[in-house]
Amino acid sequence: MAAFGSFALLIALILAVYNLFAGGVGLRLQAVGGGASRIAPERLLETARRAGIAGFVAVTAAAFALVWSVFHNDFSLEYIVEHSNIALPTAYKFAALWSGQEGSLLLWCWLLATYGFVLRLTDSEDKRLHAYAGTILAGVQVFFLVLVNFVAMPFSLVRGGVAPPDGNGLNPLLQYPEMVIHPPMLYLGYVGFTVPFAFALGALMMRYPGEKWIHITRRWTMFTWMFLTIGIFLGMHWAYAVLGWGGYWGWDPVENASLMPWLTGTAFLHSVMMQEKRGMMKSWNVWLIFSTFMLSILGTLLTRGGLVSSVHAFAQSSIGTWFVVFLGIILAVCAFTYILQRDHLKSEYQIESLVSRESSFLFNNLVLLAACFTILWGTLYPVLSEYVDGTKKTVSGAYYSHVMVPIGVFLLLLTGVGPLLAWRSSSLKSIRRNFLWPTIAFWIALLACVLGGARVWGDEGVFYAAVTWSLGAAVATAILSEFFRGASVLHRQTGKNLAASAILLTRRNTRRYGGYIVHLGVVLIFLGFAGYAFNRSAEKEMPPGSSISVGPYTLVNIGNTEDSNANYDTEFSQLDVYQHGKKILDRPMAPEKRVYLVNGQPQTIVANHSTLLWDLYVVYEGKNPNTGMPIIKVFLNPLVSWIWIGLAVTVFGTLLALVPTLQLARVTVPAVVAPDASALEGHATAGGD
Amino acid sequence: MLHPLSPRSKSNAAHPLLRTLFAALVVALCLCATAATDPAARFNDLGHRMMCTCGCSQVLLECNHVGCTVSGGMRNELSQQIASGQNDSLILQSFVQEYGATVLAAPTLHGLDLLAWIMPFAVSLLALGGTIYLVRHWARQQPATAPLRTPEEARAFEAMRERIRRETQEDIQP
Repeated sequence: MAAFGSFALLIALILAVYNLFAGGVGLRLQAVGGGASRIAPERLLETARRAGIAGFVAVTAAAFALVWSVFHNDFSLEYIVEHSNIALPTAYKFAALWSGQEGSLLLWCWLLATYGFVLRLTDSEDKRLHAYAGTILAGVQVFFLVLVNFVAMPFSLVRGGVAPPDGNGLNPLLQYPEMVIHPPMLYLGYVGFTVPFAFALGALMMRYPGEKWIHITRRWTMFTWMFLTIGIFLGMHWAYAVLGWGGYWGWDPVENASLMPWLTGTAFLHSVMMQEKRGMMKSWNVWLIFSTFMLSILGTLLTRGGLVSSVHAFAQSSIGTWFVVFLGIILAVCAFTYILQRDHLKSEYQIESLVSRESSFLFNNLVLLAACFTILWGTLYPVLSEYVDGTKKTVSGAYYSHVMVPIGVFLLLLTGVGPLLAWRSSSLKSIRRNFLWPTIAFWIALLACVLGGARVWGDEGVFYAAVTWSLGAAVATAILSEFFRGASVLHRQTGKNLAASAILLTRRNTRRYGGYIVHLGVVLIFLGFAGYAFNRSAEKEMPPGSSISVGPYTLVNIGNTEDSNANYDTEFSQLDVYQHGKKILDRPMAPEKRVYLVNGQPQTIVANHSTLLWDLYVVYEGKNPNTGMPIIKVFLNPLVSWIWIGLAVTVFGTLLALVPTLQLARVTVPAVVAPDASALEGHATAGGD
Repeated sequence: MLHPLSPRSKSNAAHPLLRTLFAALVVALCLCATAATDPAARFNDLGHRMMCTCGCSQVLLECNHVGCTVSGGMRNELSQQIASGQNDSLILQSFVQEYGATVLAAPTLHGLDLLAWIMPFAVSLLALGGTIYLVRHWARQQPATAPLRTPEEARAFEAMRERIRRETQEDIQP
């Protein structure tokens, strides 16, 4: 299988190179009117397209070969030795594909080939634009295929040629159900941004007339943005459930790397509306999508190139130089194309008022980019400080919580303000009308926080939490009032009840109302984030029979147990949970610590009792070496569930926005005209002829 | 607190911007410098301003590695220093001397490190000021609405307005 996989990758590289050159030559001939050349440009482009499709088959064969080798414990391959073992459960054998450098690059190639496959099969929309995009995609594919063929080879054989009887096993942190879906989702997002990038660059190269390319690009961007969002949140949930420190986001460089393209992608999805509706911000949009793609490559460089250290960079190596060169080439191509074609990107209109929908999009973009810059700055600061004064500094959550929270709160504010402003300019009257209820909701929520005992002026975290909740209430009110207003009009027009009218309203403009639902999801996510300010915890050594209390809960240790299986040894405590003296769970909570036999690495398995109000999050920290008794840490994390609910709402809204809008049937009724006797007579005469 | 978006700039955009930048910095510095007073709160605060040096890249009080030999010792050391009555600054300095600058969870407020704190706010405020200036510049450049020259143009304009009104009502764009 190793030979088959290697051969498939080589074939895929040859096909990608052919796709790139044949596509490039074909497009050039087409551009200069090369009808007189020996090969018709159209035929050349068609062969390039087919090479791209065949490339997908070849990369799929290589990916299959690696998965097959994992499942058949082929320890003649170095990659399988490093990332799998015989006792590894079946589901996690799939995870071995992306647990190391070589496998994850192969996954990148495969996803890119899959996106390219779909793109090339759906080229009827605009063959020429798709040919440009397909050729650019092939260029990116060539880079990744060069890596897996010559630099990070997934099919290289073990040194010495003697296969060991068993492998080193999968990283224990990856042996968790979400790890089977989190990386593919994240990669679908990362890799997916190559497609809108290819469309944008292609459209710029060919001086694409009109805004159709923007529609195509926007659809692809929404699709990949959704996957990246899911991937990021699955990662958060995994960190919450596995790392056992009570939080879900640690501002680690790997996490930051995923957030940066998400932020610029979000900015693009907003500002592209200005181009669609008013022909504005064309250069800005092109650079936003270029930046999004480049940031996804930069993220890979940061985490894999060893430039910054990460707590969970599972696949770090010295591959960084390749990514630096690749990034340089992309930047050069983008800049060159932009300079050459910039006159094609002149705006048809300009912003007319500071208080308008366009301005709110601009400020939204500004805040998103400020957030992106701050994260990039914080991620690179240790490198900068080491370069300047020779001392490497740490930039952790303590830094980001001070600089990112105000930016996040401002972004939440704009989430509510933007949709309430009219295009071009808002009148004072409409501002008063649209902002009245959200403003009332803000002050009621803030008052409720203060009356509820939140020490708004005494604690930075509580202050931001109260402001976030109050803004959340205002934004939710603004969104719901938009639905209510629209549904009321439809209710009057159609006689349907308000709920049915709201559904009809959404179906008539899925993009707009899907977007509002996404905003509602964001509000719920922020609601959950703000709960972090009220986290509580307690830690105790717990012999059987002892108890620990946090908030309204008391946990009683009813026994400590040890167990073992072929994959790992485990030790855990069983804790009954009481609330106000009453046992609330039928089964005891069982936080666990595993030690994997094959590599001796430990893993935490958190026990979590989640409610809408808070999570009771219990960690088995290990045994006190002096007494042999377990140390248990209990967290009470308010409102965490709302983060996951918010994600579900956001994904639902995104899917809704991707659904085509319900087209109203237009029935043409012929006008009834009184017959003109003389005309009829004339007609009869003519017919008689 | 002066909000970065306070609409103060009426005539001169530079001064309010500088004032806002200064205020934001003061707020940021105050927030960073907030210090707890009772020993338990100080332990919690300082423990979250330092990293465990075992290589786990976790905050000292959040390191939960089985058998981590470093964090326990560091926590004890922190407790002892708080009990001995040292102030926060001296405690942090002694940890930096013992474990190196990477023990601090965030850059300090001195020298080059100050840049780490200033840059995000400075860049955001500059971009904000630039955007406001640009939008105002564009708004000033808008030509005044030209009068309609002929009755045909006026009729076409009215027809267009009516069509827009009808279509936006169909799409329920309140």
